[in-house]
Amino acid sequence: MDRVSAQLPEAVADRYVDRTGGAWAVIHADSLPKVAAFLKNDPELEFKLFGSIDAVDRLHLAENDPRFEVVYFLYSLKRHEHVRLKVRVSEANPVVPTLVPLFRGANWWERLTFDFYGIRFDGHPDLRRILLYDEFEGHPLRKDYALRDRQPLIPERPIKDIFRGPGTSGLS
Amino acid sequence: MADTLKPEAPNPDTDAYAHESELEAHLQTKRMVINMGPSHPATHGTVRLKVELEGETIVKIDPEIGFLHRGFQKSCENVTWTQCLPYTDRLNYLSAMMNNFGFLNAVEKLIGLEIPERAQYIRVIGSELHRLTDHLTCVGATGLEMGGFAPFLLAMEFRELLHDRTAELTGARLTTSFGRVGGSNRDLPEGWVARVHKTLDQGLALLDEMEGLLTNNRIFVDRTKGTGVISAEDAIEYGYTGPALRACGVDYDIRKTKPYWVYDRFDFDIPLGEHGDNYDRYLVRLEEMRQSIRILRQAMDTIPAGPIIVDDWRIALPPKPEVYGTIEGVMSHFKLVMEGIQVPAGEVYDATEASNGELGWYLVSDGRGRPYKVHVRAPGFPVLAAVPHIIEGKMLADLIPTFDTINMIGGEVEQ
Repeated sequence: MDRVSAQLPEAVADRYVDRTGGAWAVIHADSLPKVAAFLKNDPELEFKLFGSIDAVDRLHLAENDPRFEVVYFLYSLKRHEHVRLKVRVSEANPVVPTLVPLFRGANWWERLTFDFYGIRFDGHPDLRRILLYDEFEGHPLRKDYALRDRQPLIPERPIKDIFRGPGTSGLS
Repeated sequence: MADTLKPEAPNPDTDAYAHESELEAHLQTKRMVINMGPSHPATHGTVRLKVELEGETIVKIDPEIGFLHRGFQKSCENVTWTQCLPYTDRLNYLSAMMNNFGFLNAVEKLIGLEIPERAQYIRVIGSELHRLTDHLTCVGATGLEMGGFAPFLLAMEFRELLHDRTAELTGARLTTSFGRVGGSNRDLPEGWVARVHKTLDQGLALLDEMEGLLTNNRIFVDRTKGTGVISAEDAIEYGYTGPALRACGVDYDIRKTKPYWVYDRFDFDIPLGEHGDNYDRYLVRLEEMRQSIRILRQAMDTIPAGPIIVDDWRIALPPKPEVYGTIEGVMSHFKLVMEGIQVPAGEVYDATEASNGELGWYLVSDGRGRPYKVHVRAPGFPVLAAVPHIIEGKMLADLIPTFDTINMIGGEVEQ
C-alpha cells in the first residue's frame, strides 16, 4: 500500500487498516485500472492471482454516502499477501471501469456484481446476468429489495402455509 | 479415384481399401448447437453448457449457471451469525465441515477471538476428513465417467466408511453444521480415534487398489493426459487455487503459506504437478489424499486435552446446568438464541484452504447479531469461469474429463 501511495498518490482517496489487520485502500473509480495494472505488473508486488469482486450496499450503515462500495481482492504469490481495494460509487451513477482486459478472471465476478447490485462495469465485453434469469427485475442483494419478494417465471401454486411456503409474500 | 484402386480385390481389413486423401478428409458437417445439461450426469450439479460444435470440435461454449441459486447471501443477512452455519454446509455438500470452519474462522477473526487448542485440533481433523471425502468423490467420478466402474465403487466404499466416522462425530453424514463460534459444539466421541485409525488403514488399501486400476490404465491416461491444459499464467490470471492451480506447478496452499489453526505443527507435503492437464490434477488429488491421511494420524495422536469452546457466555452457549440453575445462564442463553452473537462492527477478509482451493469470506458486521454482508469467494467459481478458455477448439470428448477434474461444485458456484 505504501508503494501504491508513493507511485499513484492522486489515485488513492483513503487508506486504513481494519480491526483484523487487513490493509485497505479506497481508490477513485477512474484510476482503478491504473492501480490494478500497477499492482499486477510491479516486479516487487506481482498481485497476479485474481481473488474476487463483490459490492456492499451501505444503505443501513452509519456512513452511507456514496451508497455502494465495490471491493476487490487480489493475491500475490510472490509476497503471499492479499490486497484489498475499494471503489465507492453513488446510487445515481453506479459505474466502475472494468478489469477484464487486465484479469480475465474478473469477467464472471463483474457479471455477478452487476447481477446482484446493478453496478455497471464500463467496458465489460459481455455484461449480462449470470445467476438470475434475464426477465428478473431489480437487483436482489440491494438492501431495499424485500427478502420475500418473488418473481417466478412460472406462476406458483397457492399453498396453505402462508408464512414459510412458496408462492406467498409472507405478509398476508 | 477408380484408377487408384488396385485391380485385384481390395482387402477390407487394411487402410489400402480407402484412398489416402479420404482418410484425412474433413468430415462434412454443419455447425450445431447442443445443450449439455442442466442436469447432465457429467456436470456435477446443475449447469447448462451451451456448446457450439463443428463436427466434434467445440467452437464456442457458454456455461450457464444459476439453476441452483437459492440466495445464500440474502439468507445469511437475515439470520444470526450462528444460523448461517447450515447455509454454509450447502455450499459444498461434499466437504461441509471445511465450509463451516472457514466461515467460523472468519467470524472469530472479526471478533478477535482465539479458540482453545483442542477445538483447533478438532477442526483440523474434521477438515481433513472432509477433504478426503471430497477428493474421493472427484477421483471416483472421474474414473466412472471414463468408463471405469470399479474405481468408483472403491472410492465410494472408502467414502462411506469416512461418512460413518463423520456421522459419529457430528451426527450427520453430509450437512454437518459442525462447530460453533468460539470452538466446537461437541467433543470427539469415546473410542472414535481408534476407529478412525482403523478406517484409514482400510482406506489406504482401497486407495491403492483404485490407483492401480486408474493411474496406468490405457484408456484413462489417453483421455486425461494432455487434455484440459491450462498454463500457470492463465490459471493465476483466472484466479485458480487449490489442486487445479497446484497441477500447473504453482506452490500455493494456505495451509503452508499462512497456516491457520495448528497446521504448522504437522509434517506434510504439498504435491505439485507440471503440465496443468487433467492427468496432473488427478495425480495431485490422489497425493493430497495420502497427505491428508498423514495429517489426520498426526493430529489424532497429538490432540491435547482441554476445553473445546471458549468460556465466554457472550459467544458460546452456557453449559446446561447453568442454564437450568442460574438466572445469568438463562439470560445469556436467551440472548444468544434470540439476538445472536453481537459481533463488533467491522470487516474482514479471511481465507482457508478448502478441498478445491481458497475459500474466502468477506464479512461486514454493523455491530448487531446478524451479518450485514456475507461474501463468499467460492473456489469453484473461477475454475468454471475458465472452462471456455480451456476447452474451446478442443474435442467434445475432452470436456468430460476436464469438467471432472476441475471439480466444480454447483452449490458454491451458484451460491
